[in-house]
Amino acid sequence: MRRLMAHRLFWPVAMLAVLLLINLIAFPGFFSVQIRDGHLFGSLIDILRNGSPTLMIAIGMTLVIATRGIDLSVGAICAISGAVACSIILGSSDPGNPGTVAVAVIAAIAISLVLGVWNGFLVSVLGIQPIIATLILMTAGRGVAMLITEGQILTVNSPPFKVLGSGFFAGLPVSVLIAAALFLFAVVLTRRTALGLMIEAVGINPEASRLAGVRSRGLLISVYVFTAFCAAIAGLVLTSNQTAADANNTGLFIELDAILAVVIGGTSLAGGRYSLFGTLIGALVIQTLVTTVYTVGIPPIATMVFKAAVVTAVCLLQSPRTTELIDSWHRRAQLRRTLEASA
Amino acid sequence: MTEPQPAVSMEDITITFPGVKALDAVSFRMFPGEVHSLMGENGAGKSTLIKALTGVYRIDSGVITLGGEQVSFSGTADAQEAGISTVYQEVNLLTNLTVAENIMLGREPRRFGAIDWRATRKRAVELLERLHLDIDPNSRLGSHSLAVQQLIAIARATDFNARVLILDEPTSSLDADEVQELFRIIRELKADGVAILFVSHFLDQVYEISDRLTVLRNGALVGEYLTDEILRIELVQKMIGKELTVLDALERKTKAQTVDEDELVPYIRALGLSRKGSIEPIDLEVYEGEVVGLAGLLGSGRTELARILSGVDRADAGTLTVAGSSARFRTPRQAIHERVVYSSENRRSEGILDELTVRDNIALALQADRGWFRPIPKKRQNELAESYIQALNIRPANPDALLKHLSGGNQQKVLLARWLAIAPRLLILDEPTRGIDVGAKAEIQKLVSNLAENGMSVVYISAELEEVLRLSHRIAVMRDRRMVADIDNDDLITDDLLAIIADGAETEVVA
Repeated sequence: MRRLMAHRLFWPVAMLAVLLLINLIAFPGFFSVQIRDGHLFGSLIDILRNGSPTLMIAIGMTLVIATRGIDLSVGAICAISGAVACSIILGSSDPGNPGTVAVAVIAAIAISLVLGVWNGFLVSVLGIQPIIATLILMTAGRGVAMLITEGQILTVNSPPFKVLGSGFFAGLPVSVLIAAALFLFAVVLTRRTALGLMIEAVGINPEASRLAGVRSRGLLISVYVFTAFCAAIAGLVLTSNQTAADANNTGLFIELDAILAVVIGGTSLAGGRYSLFGTLIGALVIQTLVTTVYTVGIPPIATMVFKAAVVTAVCLLQSPRTTELIDSWHRRAQLRRTLEASA
Repeated sequence: MTEPQPAVSMEDITITFPGVKALDAVSFRMFPGEVHSLMGENGAGKSTLIKALTGVYRIDSGVITLGGEQVSFSGTADAQEAGISTVYQEVNLLTNLTVAENIMLGREPRRFGAIDWRATRKRAVELLERLHLDIDPNSRLGSHSLAVQQLIAIARATDFNARVLILDEPTSSLDADEVQELFRIIRELKADGVAILFVSHFLDQVYEISDRLTVLRNGALVGEYLTDEILRIELVQKMIGKELTVLDALERKTKAQTVDEDELVPYIRALGLSRKGSIEPIDLEVYEGEVVGLAGLLGSGRTELARILSGVDRADAGTLTVAGSSARFRTPRQAIHERVVYSSENRRSEGILDELTVRDNIALALQADRGWFRPIPKKRQNELAESYIQALNIRPANPDALLKHLSGGNQQKVLLARWLAIAPRLLILDEPTRGIDVGAKAEIQKLVSNLAENGMSVVYISAELEEVLRLSHRIAVMRDRRMVADIDNDDLITDDLLAIIADGAETEVVA
């Protein structure tokens, strides 16, 4: 039991289980998944679907945080990506044409990659602190999105585009499949190559890594580019789901949820070792939390407070001091038992 | 004749850190109007003593008296209040504020509860004038050179009605003229009756400015001397001491030569290699299978030379030839690719990755050289880790152990394994045995010797002369950023080496 508790994913998984249990008690049909029109339906599926944009961004954020960085601009990149895609679709003569949508998606991703290069350039070449470097795009990015949409909310009516956010494939929501693909891609990319090792090395000690021959500059840029890529995809999914690009609100505060997901998943903001699986759990915890608010009937105005309370609890449980306390408590209990046995 | 009362006296000071006695019943005193140099190699206890005096560390036992009164400070602010000011090696002032603001920071004159800026500037100007410094008090601190910033830091320190001024390595980033300017100010303060504690690795400067010396070694007091009465060679001997031979079994190496020397091509050859503010132009050759010892005091340029040879720092001038073709290392990565590796003396900040496993730490350099897209297969990584764990006797013998859980000696062995894994042609080891236990030390020395026998070139840096003498075929001596001797290690003894380190090439023994 102690070894289980010492595992870095113990508390996040426990938290997820508790949240799901609360939902089950409040709403006995919570776990039921039905098939309607060949699609899977149910609360669990909703959690997966609604949580997928946060998860997508949290995947990139995990790698950025592992390098001792942070990317606050992901929400703004979501908005820009959505704005670019929608303005291209709206500007074309045939919004329903899959070719048009493909062009729009590729353009949105391409522009986001450029923004990722910008972030990476500021951080690794100019040496600006990541929180400041990405704050620039966080604030400026929504302005850029506003310029692209010309201050309007761009509503698109394009069936192929709508598939990204609300479509189904093989019974599962397309957005969930995209998030899953992105997750697998990141796992394979960093754990099946030596990229993960390099990222962790740079995050733990940049100078020692440099002396060992790690090319940290290129590595940092790539990580920010990858995160921008994740944000671009999330932006497309969000926009598609709302069938509208809203420069002010698409992906608003999503960076904070993503950072939370990473932290809940056990990756330290101080950089170094990271766990993509932990981040997956973290993203699910956050989304389940939101759902719980509705099922348990907490007034929506208290949602933020409730969320904060749960997050605080997880962080406290994971803190080194708590671990120490639990350890010493165990040791004392053991000592007492030994003493009693010998007496 | 009765001695005057000391400005500061510390008696039988002992400070213990977990597992280490940092200071062992050390006594130290300073008189008003004298410059007193605190001497000792790394880990001798100089900074611990300073921190004990300024209240940063709590003393376990002993007595500190200031002007005859027993004192006990709870921190630097407390010590400053009492008249003990410290100027650290790195100027810790605020570069974005003005000179006047920096000098008066935290004790600005107030009027009606608000800062009286006029009075602040006036007081700052007075302080600058007292030291005859012609500096505009309204200029931004950052617009001045480091040397001037250092002088301003001293001006700030002397406003605390300082009776004792501690200067910790004040000259390490200054050039010759700037040092003279600093010395002028030190002399003025001295004439005012301030007791000045001077710490520097530059022997010339110590002899020029100080009246008295206290030497520490391994946390213990070696002695107090008048500067005029102690020869350099004696001083260096006292600083370094003589270590008992750990490895009698390891035979002294003589130059491994099978071919005529003229036909041998050095594996690496540096010509006029230099870097501003770091080392003066240096020539050095290292042949295959040769161990070249780099000797010299701390700050003599031995580490700086190693860093330039291995691409960690870039050279400003000079040429480097590796295996017959010219090389210009701009990054450690390029040097590693040419199989020239540098193992840093700063194990903690420039070596280990404490959160990663032994296996990852060993594989890192090799993996970085292969590129991230060509991962070393898990199986091969394990073989690599296990073979080095066995060869270097790394404990615990578990490739999955996190490096932070290993002892210093074992961490050092893991780092050696990291470098050996890429099959280096030139291995530069900077203090590879510092701070590790005797057993691990012997193992590492033996390893170096075996590696050289198998054709690897090694540059070996150590403050322990016995160690350098035992391992090296040839010894290059650095002093005050220059190479002052490059001699075969035929029948050198520690005293010869001490003489060169202390006095340079003038008294060079016959090579």
